[in-house]
Order: sequence, then structure tokens, then C-alpha cells
Amino acid sequence: MAQPLVKKDDDHDDEADYSPFLGIEKGAVLQEARVFNDPQLDARRCSQVITKLLYLLNQGETFTKVEATEVFFAVTKLFQSRDLGLRRMVYLIIKELSPSADEVIIVTSSLMKDMISKTDMYRANSIRVLCRITDGTLLTQIERYLKQGIVDKNPVVASAALVSGIHLLQTSPEIVKRWSNEVQEAVQSRAALVQFHALALLHQIRQNDRLAISKLVTSLTRGNVRSPLAQCLLIRYTSQVIRESGNNTQSADRPFYDYLESCLRHKSEMVIFEAARSITELNGVTSRELTPAITVLQLFLSSSKPVLRFAAVRTLNKVAMTHPMAVTNCNIDMESLISDQNRSIATLAITTLLKTGNESSVDRLMKQITNFMSDIADEFKIVVVEAIRSLCLKFPLKYRSLMNFLSNILREEGGFDYKKAIVDSIVILIRDIPDAKESGLLHLCEFIEDCEFTYLSTQILHFLGVEGPKTSDPSKYIRYIYNRVHLENATVRASAVSTMAKFGAAVDALKPRIFVLLRRCLFDSDDEVRDRATLYLNTLGGDGAVVETDEDVKDFLFGSFDIPLVNLETSLKNFEPSEEAFDIDSVPREVKSQPLAEKKASGKKPTGLGAPPRAPSSTIDSYERMLLSIPEFANFGKLFKSSEPVELTEAETEYAVNVVKHIFDRHVVFQYNCTNTIPEQLLENVIVIVDASEAEEFSDVFSKPLRSLPYDSPGQTFVAFEKPEGLPVAGKFSNVLKFIVKEVDPSTGEAEDDGVEDEYQLEDMEVVTADYILKVGVSNFRGAWESMGPDYERVDEYGLGPRESLAEAVNTVINLLGMQPCEGTETVPPNSRSHTCLLSGVFIGNVKVLVRLSFGLDGPKDVAMKLSVRSEDETVSDTIHEIVASG
Amino acid sequence: MSHETCPSVKNILLLDSDGKRVAVKYFSEDWPTNSAKENFEKVVFNKTQKTNARTEAEISMFENNIVVYKFVQDLHFFVTGGDYENELILATVLQAFFDSVGLLLRGNVDKKEALENLDLILLCIDEIADGGIILETDPNVIAGKVASNSIDSGAPLSEQTLSQALATAREHLARSLLK
Repeated sequence: MAQPLVKKDDDHDDEADYSPFLGIEKGAVLQEARVFNDPQLDARRCSQVITKLLYLLNQGETFTKVEATEVFFAVTKLFQSRDLGLRRMVYLIIKELSPSADEVIIVTSSLMKDMISKTDMYRANSIRVLCRITDGTLLTQIERYLKQGIVDKNPVVASAALVSGIHLLQTSPEIVKRWSNEVQEAVQSRAALVQFHALALLHQIRQNDRLAISKLVTSLTRGNVRSPLAQCLLIRYTSQVIRESGNNTQSADRPFYDYLESCLRHKSEMVIFEAARSITELNGVTSRELTPAITVLQLFLSSSKPVLRFAAVRTLNKVAMTHPMAVTNCNIDMESLISDQNRSIATLAITTLLKTGNESSVDRLMKQITNFMSDIADEFKIVVVEAIRSLCLKFPLKYRSLMNFLSNILREEGGFDYKKAIVDSIVILIRDIPDAKESGLLHLCEFIEDCEFTYLSTQILHFLGVEGPKTSDPSKYIRYIYNRVHLENATVRASAVSTMAKFGAAVDALKPRIFVLLRRCLFDSDDEVRDRATLYLNTLGGDGAVVETDEDVKDFLFGSFDIPLVNLETSLKNFEPSEEAFDIDSVPREVKSQPLAEKKASGKKPTGLGAPPRAPSSTIDSYERMLLSIPEFANFGKLFKSSEPVELTEAETEYAVNVVKHIFDRHVVFQYNCTNTIPEQLLENVIVIVDASEAEEFSDVFSKPLRSLPYDSPGQTFVAFEKPEGLPVAGKFSNVLKFIVKEVDPSTGEAEDDGVEDEYQLEDMEVVTADYILKVGVSNFRGAWESMGPDYERVDEYGLGPRESLAEAVNTVINLLGMQPCEGTETVPPNSRSHTCLLSGVFIGNVKVLVRLSFGLDGPKDVAMKLSVRSEDETVSDTIHEIVASG
Repeated sequence: MSHETCPSVKNILLLDSDGKRVAVKYFSEDWPTNSAKENFEKVVFNKTQKTNARTEAEISMFENNIVVYKFVQDLHFFVTGGDYENELILATVLQAFFDSVGLLLRGNVDKKEALENLDLILLCIDEIADGGIILETDPNVIAGKVASNSIDSGAPLSEQTLSQALATAREHLARSLLK
């Protein structure tokens, strides 16, 4: 360790590197900790050792269980010392060591002694330490001291007890709730922070009691709240009360708004900002209510403090999403923030401006942004790109400068996510702004000339194949595409071949030239590329002459593939090689709803190139296998659809039963899933007696009883009905569960020999028309809609009456029809007054149906809806209207 | 859920000019392991080190957290809060931390001094927040509570009485602010 004499010019470095903990080592410090056991305690030395231990823990060092226990026991000896400083360090290290329950007992008495000490610092800290390390069992012993602590004259002690209460409320709510009176008293404390902590605890104790919270807010907004922090809390509670009181006072003044507004004139910036932010977040805030809040935020924008500017611009950015007009007043201040040193502030300013800007300011903004783009991080760039995309959709006339901007940044350096965001934006602009198509496609062509991301290249090639042939001069894209065949990896080459084939199929005049190019690809080094070229050469037809490609061939090669891939995969796995070829029509088309977790993950709307997420789990397969294994059902044919389970019993009853409706072409099978929740019973010969008197077109053909239903192991019984072939007949069924019940001795688990017959009434259920519709999505709704044609279109308007919200109305209709929402249109953006929802499905008999729903708010709550249906069969279109009319 | 309405901080960090820890305290479970913590510190440090946070506190967002920070000499002070937290409350906590460390180190705020008085720094953090809940934001009160305990423990402040120590500290602070 000994260092040679230090040279002079190293002096500075050496000083910077100097640390009192240089070369510190865990083992040695643990050795040093033995001084804690000395009969004559050296307080200063002990403090130093504790500091070293804390340093090690702080650096991420861990102690083994044994080491921690040893240190802990040694530390408890230090309670003998009367040295104040050492005691503080002892408190600190006990918290850091977080001892186990049996160790806690060792220090409990020492800490309890400190709790009633005359020294304020002892009382405050011992409360914090003990509450941190204790488990609930000890709490009753110290409860008395904690209550006293809350109303202690010393504010530090009171705060310590109150904050500990807030933590303990998570683990032992019933005990902490008993302290209400003391906490209430502390709310009136003259000490600013005691009031803050008391308010926080009181609110949490009463958080489920709306009335109490409302009273608390009413009394405090009138009285005086001392610290800015407590004021912020009160503002949060006030907006909670406003939120929960609902907005039934639309026209009249909102209760408590005046209070929020008065906080805008508070002397503390923290409070002003909290109030301004709360106002902007009020439900259905009016522009009159917004104005004063926007005004103070605008002042913050030109503050010298970055934190204030950031807070203001972040809030205004959110306001701009819902009330762009309210923020336009700040545009001048906002523009000066584009050059802010702090890049987060600059990005927020830019995106706010892009949301609020008007058509005339677009060009100027773009110029400013161009200078700014080079020195921000990729994640900020993505935010800007997304903002530009929505701006362009808002002002389609400005597409030229925005498209230019996008193509310029596409050429610059950037990571995959950034490039993908740009490409997605260009794709969306091409789709939505027809004028932008040609220039956009050329930008994409230029990009793939020099694109390092295989994924983006293939996606763009695919997109070119779809859009390119529809342009005025498709031939100019061929060169770009064919270049890929020479210069890229196999994946890109293969998709380039497919794209060329699409041009060949769609543009007859180009076919001879495409054939020449495809023939060259037959000599490619990669299998997939050669296979594709061969396939296309043989199927496109005409052998290179200018002829039209057959519609069927086009559909086969490039048509949308509407069978869920997961289902296809399972079907292929189950397929046994035989004389008979695999029939693709045998693959079930039902898209099962995704499990919740997956939904969350893919919660974002599919945009741009990202195809709609399709990750169905295929429980339908397992249903089908199970049903086919029952001989009586084997001749029913192919299962069309299985419904979600419908509960026929209340939760927590003796027997839990739900039903799954399986729809076949000429039959319906009800599968009753039964669970026996009584340990002392065994059920035998379980069957459901179904009364179909209100379902005239159904006739009972067969029921399959369940032989035995022991406790807690679910079993199934089935009832099958015959129904008119291919027709969506509806009906209502009432159900009674019948069985023989036998007593079971819980100790031996053996059932008695004699049983008693018994019945159990279940709830009624219905077969509705929606049961005959499969949820099948389409990837391109507009395309599918156009190709379906208006022959069997049925349009009508409906008044849905007063509804809770637009979103609620949309959901109701979706559930009523049981169809698959497409392109994320099932989500209604907040505060919108109208919404269009696209649904698709397959009706029994394999009839495709597409539905376009346009909702609008008519008056404050009334929802009106226009329903347009297109299908391959007019009776199906009419049926859809009947469902809605009768629902 | 219950903490949502009560202002709170997720961590308080004091790093050196290489991004190494001087003292850190995490209150949130967002970073369960030491490597997760170190990773967060690394990201925050790298993204902020080039900024000028010496006269005014600066602010940025990382992993949906708001981070406010301020630098002096070779020390980097950070306070992190959730996405929804009032930025100005976090800035107040940062300022409290920054100023009370200044008082406790009597104006000589650098890494060497901070490490030599690490006990004071740790106690200071302990007095600012308990389990993430803000305990105190007045730097004089915080420094007072910390210093009062070190009086007879032989820490570097021991030669002076408390009032003397605070007076010198204030003087140092005032001088450094006037610079």
C-alpha cells in the first residue's frame, strides 16, 4: 500500500482521488466492529466504525445473514452510551440492517425506553426506527406511545409519529385508524410540517369515506393551511372531491373551483403550479376555467429556472392535446423555448407548438425544427416525428414541406426505432393524403437504396407492391425494386421478388418486363428467392405476354389471408398425412380474445407498417377435440363457434355452474361446467334439465349426464339441441341442475351409500343471433369494404337514448353484435363528440360481414348511431340490423 | 395508490464527477437490486453530466421518472420522483438537500469533504425524507437537527458550538452564492 513520494504535478490528481475510505474492506471493518463490545465505549471510534459500515452498505456491499446478525447484536450494546451523536448513528444502522423479527425483540425495550425519554431527538428517532422494523404484533404494545407522539409538543416528534403512521397504515390499517382523534388534533397544529403530515395521514385513514373527505376539504379550504406542501395536498384532495362529485353541474359554477383559482395567487410557486395543473386536469374543463391557469403557466415559461419552465411546458403540452386553442396564446413564449439549453424543455415546446400551430406557421416551425433535430437524442426525435405526422394529417395541404422534412431526416443517422417511426409516418401520410402518394413512395424507394435494417426494407417493399401499381407510372419503381435483388441479403431479395410479381399481376403492360427480371432470379443462391420466382413465373400466366392475370390467381397469391396463423399452425400439427389433402377451410377462424396481460402489452394502436396484432390462443381447438371425442356429437359436423362461459350461478354459492354454447350447423350443444364447493358432499348423476318452451325452433336430442362430481374438481354435463340448418335462430332456456347428493365424512373422505335426489335452480340463458357470428378481423378494413361492394349494403339510423358516455355506447353495440373491432376503433378518445367504429365477422354459413358504425352525441347525453352493413348475403345484412333494432 | 396523492420522492442521490456513489438512498421498490440501482445512476449521470446545473437546478425525465439535479464542484446532487409528481416539490427537496449539505460542510462542498463527513450526509438524507415521505425542507432546520447530534461526538464540527458552526456555515453559503 505504501506509495512512493508523490511528484508535484500529480498533486492535484492525488487530492481528487483521496478518500477516507480508500482501500476499505468488509472483513476488516467487521473486525473493527468488535469495539462495540468494549466495556469502556469510545463513542467517537464507534461512530466512525458505524459510518464505515454504512459506507459499505451504501456502495452496494451486502452482509451475509450471519454477519448482519453479528453486527446487529454488537450495535445493540451501544444503547448503553449516552452520546447523542453515536445514538443517531445507531438508529441509522439499525434501519439499514433491517433486522428479522426475532432480532427486533432485542432492541424493542431499548427503543421503547427512548420513546419516553425527555430528549426530543430520542423520542422522534426511536419512533421512526421502531415503526420501520416492527411487524404488526409489536404495534399494540407501542400504540400508546405513538398516539402520544402524534400530539407531542415537539413538532419533530409529532411528524415522526405521523409519518410512521402513514407507513403503518399499509400493514396494520385497523390499528392506525384508531388514532383519528389525535391525527385530527394534529391537523390543527401550528407547526407547518406537522399539519402537512397530519393531513396526509387523515386523508389516507378516511380515503374510502367520500363524505368525510368532502367535509375535511370544505373546512380546510376556508381555514388556514400553513405550509406550501400541505396546501399542495389540499389542492389534490380538492380536485379529488370535484372529480368524485361528477360533472352534473356543467352549467353552474363548479364547487371549490374558486378555491383552486385563489391558489393561483399563492406566494409559493409550488402551490401556484399545483393549482394550475389541477385546473387543467378537471373533467370537461371549460375555456373560462382554463384561462387563469394558462396565464400563470405562461408566466412560468419565461422563468429563469429550468424546473419551472419544464413544469409549465409539460403541463401545457398535455393541455394542447385536448384544448389546443387555449394554449395558442403561449405560442410566442413557446417558440423561444425551442432553443432552450435544456433539451427536454425544447422537445416539449416543439411538440406543443406542433399541436397548436396553424397552417401559416408550419413552414416557419419546420425551419426551426430542422436546426434543432441534429442535437437531440433519438427518443426525443421520435416524439417530434409523431407530432409532425399528426400535424400533417391536420393540414394536408402542407404535406409537401412536412414530407420533405421527413425524407431529409430519414437520410440522416439514426437508430432503428427512430427510422421506423419516420417510415411509419410516411406510410400513414401516403395512405391518408392521396396527393402525397407519389412523392412519398419515391422517398421510400430512395431510403431502401441505403437501408441497413432488413425489417424496414421488407416492409417497405411489401408496401410498394400494394401502392406502387396504383400510381400513374408504376414502371419507375421497378428499377429500385430490382436493384434490391442484386444488392441485398436473402430476406430482402425474396420480398423484392414478391413485390415485382405484384407489379406484374396488377399492371398488364409491365408483365413481359417483369417476367424477364423474374427469370433472372431463378439463378439466385437462396432457395426462398428461387422458389418465389418459380411460383410467380408459373402462376401469373401468359408466359410473358401482355395478358390479364386471372382474378383467382391474384387472390391466391396476394389476397388477404384471414385465417389466424396460430389456428393454422395447430391444425397443421394435428393433420395426419393421408390420401386426402389438407383442407384449409377446416381451420377454425375464430379469433379468441387475448388474455389480459397480452392486451396490455399490445395496447398501442397498430400504426403504419405494424400489422394488426393477432395472437389468439386457440381454446376452440380444445373444445372441438373434446366434443368430437363424445360419440353422440361426432356426426354434428364442424364446430362453428364456442361462446365465452356464461355464469349461471352467483359467486360463492354451493354449486358453481357456467355454460359454454357450442354452435354447429344443425345443432347447438350446451356444455355445463359444474363445480361442487361443499366438502361434505358428493354429487352423482348430475344433469341439467333444460326447458326449451320459449325456444320453439329447438328440439332436444340428447343429454349426457355427469356420473360423479366430488368436491372441488370440476366436471361437465352436456345437452344437445337440433335447430334449423344454417339459420341464426334465437331462444330462451331455463335450467335446473338435478343430482343425487351423498354425505361425505370429511375425516375419511368416504361417501355414504345412500343418496338423496335434489334439485338446484340455475339462471336462465339465451341463444342470441350474436352467437352465430364469429369474431374475425380484417387487416385492411377499407380495402375489404370496397371489395365487398354496395350490393347488399343496408344503412339505417338509430337513436340509442341517453348514455353514460360515447365509449359506453360503442362498447354496448360491439358486445351486442359480437364482432371483431378493427384497426383499434373500439377505443374512443376522451372528450370526443363523435366516433366511427369498424367491425368485421363471419356469419354462420361462412358469410363475411363488415359493419361501419358512426356514433355522434346528440344533445348532452343522447347518442345517435348510423349503422352501415355490407355482406355477401342480403338476409345477413338485414339480420345485423335486426339485432341492433331488437337490442 | 395511497401514496399517489401524497408528494413523495423515489430516491436521493449524491454522486461524484465520475458518477460513483458518495451517498445514495432509495425509497422506492422500482429498483429492487443493486445493479438496477447502479444502472439507473449510470443512465442519469451520463445524460446529465454535460449539462450546466451549477447555478440553477436542472430537470429531465428518465424511465418515466422526473429527475431534478444540481452540481457543485465535483458533486452531483439528484432527487427523483414519479411521473405525476409536482416538479417544484422535487426541486424544493433537492434545494433542501443541496443547501443543508452546504451548511453542514461549512461551504466547502466537494467530494473529499463530503466523504470525510459522510455521517453528516447520511443523517441529512435521513432527516429530509422517511420512506419517501418528505420530512423537512428547511435547510437550516435540517442542518440544525443533524449538527446538534454531532456536537460531542468528535466530528469535525466539534470544536465549535452549534450556533458558531451554523453561523460560519451560513457565512460560507452566502459567500458562495455571491460568487
